[in-house]
Amino acid sequence: MSVSDMFIALQGVLTADQDIREEIRKVVQALEQTAREILTLLQGVHQGAGFQDIPKKCQKAREHFGTVRTQLESLKTKFPADQYYRFHEHWRFVLQRLVFLAAFVVFLESETLVTREAVAEILGIEADREQGFHLDIEDYLSGVLTLASELARLAVNSVTAGDYSRPLRISTFINELDSGFRLLNLKNDSLRKRYDGLKYDVKKIEEVVYDLSIRGLNKEATGGVGGEK
Amino acid sequence: GSGGFRKRKHDNFPHGQRKEEKENVNPSSALMTSFKSFQLELDTRHDKYERLVKLSRDITIESKRTIFLLHRFTSAPNGEEILNESEVKLDAVRRKIKQVAQELIGEDMYQFHRAISPGLQEYVEAVSFQYFIKTRSLISVEEINKQLIFTVENREETTNMTSNSHDKQPHTWSLKVTPVDYLLGVADLTGELMRLCISSVGNGDIDTPFELSQFLRQIYDGFTFIGNTGPYEVSKKLYTLKQSLAKVENACYTLKVRGSEIPKHMLADVFSTKTELIDQEEGLS
Repeated sequence: MSVSDMFIALQGVLTADQDIREEIRKVVQALEQTAREILTLLQGVHQGAGFQDIPKKCQKAREHFGTVRTQLESLKTKFPADQYYRFHEHWRFVLQRLVFLAAFVVFLESETLVTREAVAEILGIEADREQGFHLDIEDYLSGVLTLASELARLAVNSVTAGDYSRPLRISTFINELDSGFRLLNLKNDSLRKRYDGLKYDVKKIEEVVYDLSIRGLNKEATGGVGGEK
Repeated sequence: GSGGFRKRKHDNFPHGQRKEEKENVNPSSALMTSFKSFQLELDTRHDKYERLVKLSRDITIESKRTIFLLHRFTSAPNGEEILNESEVKLDAVRRKIKQVAQELIGEDMYQFHRAISPGLQEYVEAVSFQYFIKTRSLISVEEINKQLIFTVENREETTNMTSNSHDKQPHTWSLKVTPVDYLLGVADLTGELMRLCISSVGNGDIDTPFELSQFLRQIYDGFTFIGNTGPYEVSKKLYTLKQSLAKVENACYTLKVRGSEIPKHMLADVFSTKTELIDQEEGLS
């Protein structure tokens, strides 16, 4: 084979690769759009009036996850199943965001941390690499860390809206999450950088709890469910 | 210390309170159990990555040494010996690559691609350099990959490598050099060819430079054909490639212009080294 033939063949391979990336980008754009819609929907809980109809908002958000499922379904068809990590960078960001949104919904509903399997189910993908399009563990953990900062914000806004018990429950939750993350040996990568931000969320929530306790507002609310003392 | 949080900014303060919190968290809760499994999963992944980085570094070092060895080819009279030695060295490199392939059995290769890519590029460079010296042509990516298919012939060697994946090993497995790694390796090869050209001028060999300039021009044309279809790294190498080509072309120019001016007694020297080289090449085939 001559040198120029070899390069013609390689060029063909590279062009095919670019086409795949183009297709992936299109689907990812649609996914980002849906993710934004869900986020807007859930942002409503930070407003004073929003605290009453949290279940309704969650219900609506779950309906939107149906769109996400079909969009992810079409993403799967755009590239060979065994080359997930070759194109991972394209959907990494949006997948982390979707994990956050799913985790937020689950937290609002049940005040628990969504499991990796449950997120995978909400998104209509696999939890395990062997079974096809899956949720990478680092993406899951990144999404969970985003949830932590959102909850720090929610704690502040709950107080403003007169809900004094929620910050205490959030505090218990975040503390457990913090202990969980401390079990991990993270490398010096993006996940580690985001984990480093968790302590500020913890601190923020502790401040809120403190403000409530010195004013005796926590006792009045719950009688100390998960309170500090 | 419930009043302690305001001093949280100071790193040395919060330890007391942290401990208290830790006791509040139930170590066998669902969340903690799942994070323990995450710890295991992440550690396994990082360990594998580190092992691959180490292998990749070994591959890089050995490939570089092979290239240095091959540079001695033109100047030394014992050409065949050097080629044989380089083959032995490359076999050693391939054994390392076999270990890489073994680590990647059942994995998505691209997940760990960043760890092994530098080593593979260096290997492409070495193997294509050797191939060029032997055949004066460019090795194809298929040819390279053909040499990276491994079988389990020697049992004892495979047992002491990885013990856990031993029982479910397939009979053959392979590692594929990606087109991009191949391209980057070939781009590096041109730098070696430029050095080969300059040193062969130094040795009084006046055929090789012309051959090399033609070959380099073909490769350069190939790269310009690909242009910006390829990833960023490929277009970055294009600049260095152009410089190498310019050096070789200038060397050829100088040879052509000055060729008529070489004194007779030196020409005899030049031709004697040239025939010697041709003999060596014939001896190989």
